[in-house]
Amino acid sequence: MRAFAHLLERLVLTPSRTRKIELMVHYFRAVPDPDRGLGLAALTGDLDLVAVKPALIRQLVAEVTDAELFGLSYDYVGDLAETVALIWPAPGGSDAPLRLSQVVAALDGASRSEAPAVLRRLLDGLGPSQRFAALKLATGGLRVGVSARLARQALADFGGVEVNAVEEVWHAQASPYASLFAWLEGRGDKPVSRVAAPFRPVMLAHPLDERDRAAIGPRDYLAEWKWDGIRVQAVAEGGARRLYSRSGEDITAAWPDLIAAMEFEGAIDGELLVRRAAHGGDAGTFADLQQRLNRKSVSTRLQQQFPAFVRAYDLLVDDGEDVRALALTSRRERLALLVGRLDPLRFDLSPLVPFADAGELERLRRSPPHPVIEGLMLKRRDAPYLPGRPKGPWFKWKKDPHVVDAVLMYAQRGHGKRSSYYSDYTFGVWHEGELVPVGKAYFGFTDEELRALDRFVREHTTDRFGPVRAVRAEPGFGLVLEVAFEGLNRSGRHRSGIAMRFPRIARIRWDKPPAEADRLATLEALLPGSPGAPTP
Amino acid sequence: MRPDELLRPRPEGLYCPPGDFFIDPVRPVARALVTHGHSDHARAGHGAVLATAHTLAIMALRHGPDFCASRQAARFGESIDLGGVRVTFHPAGHVLGSAQIAVERNGLRIVASGDYKCRPDPTAEAFAPVACDVFITEATFGLPVFRHPDPAAEIGALIRSAEEFPDRTHLVGVYALGKAQRVARLLRDNGWNRPVHIHGALKEICSYYQASGIDLGDLRPATIEGGGRGDFAGAIVLGPPSSFASPWVRRFADPLIAFASGWMQIRARMRQRGVELPLVISDHCDWDELTRTLRDTGASQIWVTHGREEAVVRWCELNGISARPLHLVGYEDEAE
Repeated sequence: MRAFAHLLERLVLTPSRTRKIELMVHYFRAVPDPDRGLGLAALTGDLDLVAVKPALIRQLVAEVTDAELFGLSYDYVGDLAETVALIWPAPGGSDAPLRLSQVVAALDGASRSEAPAVLRRLLDGLGPSQRFAALKLATGGLRVGVSARLARQALADFGGVEVNAVEEVWHAQASPYASLFAWLEGRGDKPVSRVAAPFRPVMLAHPLDERDRAAIGPRDYLAEWKWDGIRVQAVAEGGARRLYSRSGEDITAAWPDLIAAMEFEGAIDGELLVRRAAHGGDAGTFADLQQRLNRKSVSTRLQQQFPAFVRAYDLLVDDGEDVRALALTSRRERLALLVGRLDPLRFDLSPLVPFADAGELERLRRSPPHPVIEGLMLKRRDAPYLPGRPKGPWFKWKKDPHVVDAVLMYAQRGHGKRSSYYSDYTFGVWHEGELVPVGKAYFGFTDEELRALDRFVREHTTDRFGPVRAVRAEPGFGLVLEVAFEGLNRSGRHRSGIAMRFPRIARIRWDKPPAEADRLATLEALLPGSPGAPTP
Repeated sequence: MRPDELLRPRPEGLYCPPGDFFIDPVRPVARALVTHGHSDHARAGHGAVLATAHTLAIMALRHGPDFCASRQAARFGESIDLGGVRVTFHPAGHVLGSAQIAVERNGLRIVASGDYKCRPDPTAEAFAPVACDVFITEATFGLPVFRHPDPAAEIGALIRSAEEFPDRTHLVGVYALGKAQRVARLLRDNGWNRPVHIHGALKEICSYYQASGIDLGDLRPATIEGGGRGDFAGAIVLGPPSSFASPWVRRFADPLIAFASGWMQIRARMRQRGVELPLVISDHCDWDELTRTLRDTGASQIWVTHGREEAVVRWCELNGISARPLHLVGYEDEAE
């Protein structure tokens, strides 16, 4: 547990990707089975413990600390697990240090009624940094900045193999990955993927920058719209059907309506979208899709309201034949045939966008024909399907973001890294002589700008509500923020009636008087379905 | 006599009306008693200054020899009469020469702690609690989340990291007075026998400590002499934290930023500072030491100054001790 707690702390504080990998490799070398495998599963989010609710942790800590002292501490530290780890009144670090496997076994074996006693015993027996790690395991949110792919890269480096080799066998493996480590250490054979309908590592695109544009022409490249959904791989092989996210997480369970329509034999790459039943089945926005994301299961009502479909753009396996080495044009021909036999409400083909030159693409990109398009994809006709992010065969070219000048209205203290800064900003635009809040942003500025914003908030506070401060915002005095965002949706949850997608601070307009900020009508014109919005 | 007739907060600092002096005043005054040499407590421009010999020497190093009109050195345990008020300096264990100041009149004794630390530290005179009626405590780490680990274990983590990543320069952020010398000494006491490199801003105070008989081993300037970046691979370099944001850092091979401070217990602070290796090493007492000290002094009243006043006052309330915050301004708890 000591090594795992140390690894978590170092990973969180190490910005460099290379150094993170190095730390993980050192961990895999130093720690024996099964602990290292459990540590790996914890990092990749595959350690399936029954999550302990924060309420239980609060209850335990309330038994051993004064509520007011705890409150002051939590307010200062900004993270529940960290506060509890530090404030827990046992010295910890007993003579027989616990192993990660013992902690996991204790958490895993505990029934709901035993959980408080088990957790209390763990907190008593561990030192502060291990308590923190145990609490993060128990609540199921490590947040150490390690993606599953980065962890697999570390495994690859540890074993001296290609990362794709690790990704291929990954799904046949389960925590604590003993046979995977045996293979990587040269003590065993490469594990065989015994999973039916396995995941294949996906091919990713580079953003198109100025230098690349010259190479783009219709002779070498195909263009298609970039749909604003989530990238998925739909695999139906030997009677098994699975749906994977782009990093290979199995998300089958949440999409039964789509799975039922996977009447094919092969592996399709495409964009998962939902239809809006109430709007004649048109493709829904990302906000609609979000209704169905991050759920372990899904209600019949949601399935009817937002039926899922895949807009297919590539084929990896065709009736048992691995077609990844073929050129894109050949794969698309096969894909078109395959999709043609499927329910068109569940699978359709992402259409090609004909173009003459890069200039025409630029125009198309600026005014796409459908609100659920976020730009263009450009793919080399002759390129095979290569896992990872090879430079050259695939580019993405996104729409420019929208921008609006809004006025800072409220600021909230951040959590985690920014717990001593007012770093979350609610901003508004003018409507009938008053400011109405239209969104909240907490990034897009430098550390130096954060300090300046924090100072502005502290010096111009007009009211306080817990961690939130209202700041002076009048036509003649206040702070204008140029906010960039990807799109707008109607929302009943906000007073202004709109919700911004992916808002961030583009610039701080220290120079601009708030009276000159934008009006709500400007934003309303951008709503889907309004006259000013892009129409299909 | 009521306690606030003997000592009371004023905008300049804690003031003693019968003795007509201030303790750690933040603005120039006619007569100042100074607990220790950190610049927020020891300012230049006073008329007369009474402090320990080490504190006076450190003030002269930092502000120049003419930092005040007249000065008097106080010896630990020796009582001095100032206008009918008996004043005694006692060791505070914070940095070399740091003192708690006991102020007594008509059987009432108030002790102003300045900043203090209870742990053994070969670079500062050992703290001892002083029995008193009113104890004025600092509250820099006055929250129950602050429980400092064994500094030897923290230094051990630094030495292990230097061995694990021999291609990187380990840059340790330390404040010039106290922390730099303590970290150098901890490195020696925990088996680091190679030279320790120091930023130019640390040189004067380190030399003063060494001249005062505190052995810090082989300290060398962190300057390049005809070599390259490779010179400092695997080395441990101490510097003021502000220097890490300056071009000075560019001379080192892939620097790994460490920071020795009590704040390094809080992850948000580690990340704000861009620290890769936090070292929880503090000049101040932690929560357990602070609350134990409040009991040990036997004081019936606690006044709480700079830091987390609310939590310390709450602890006193839970333990049946009368307490109030003093709201003194001008002391920075960042420089730790």
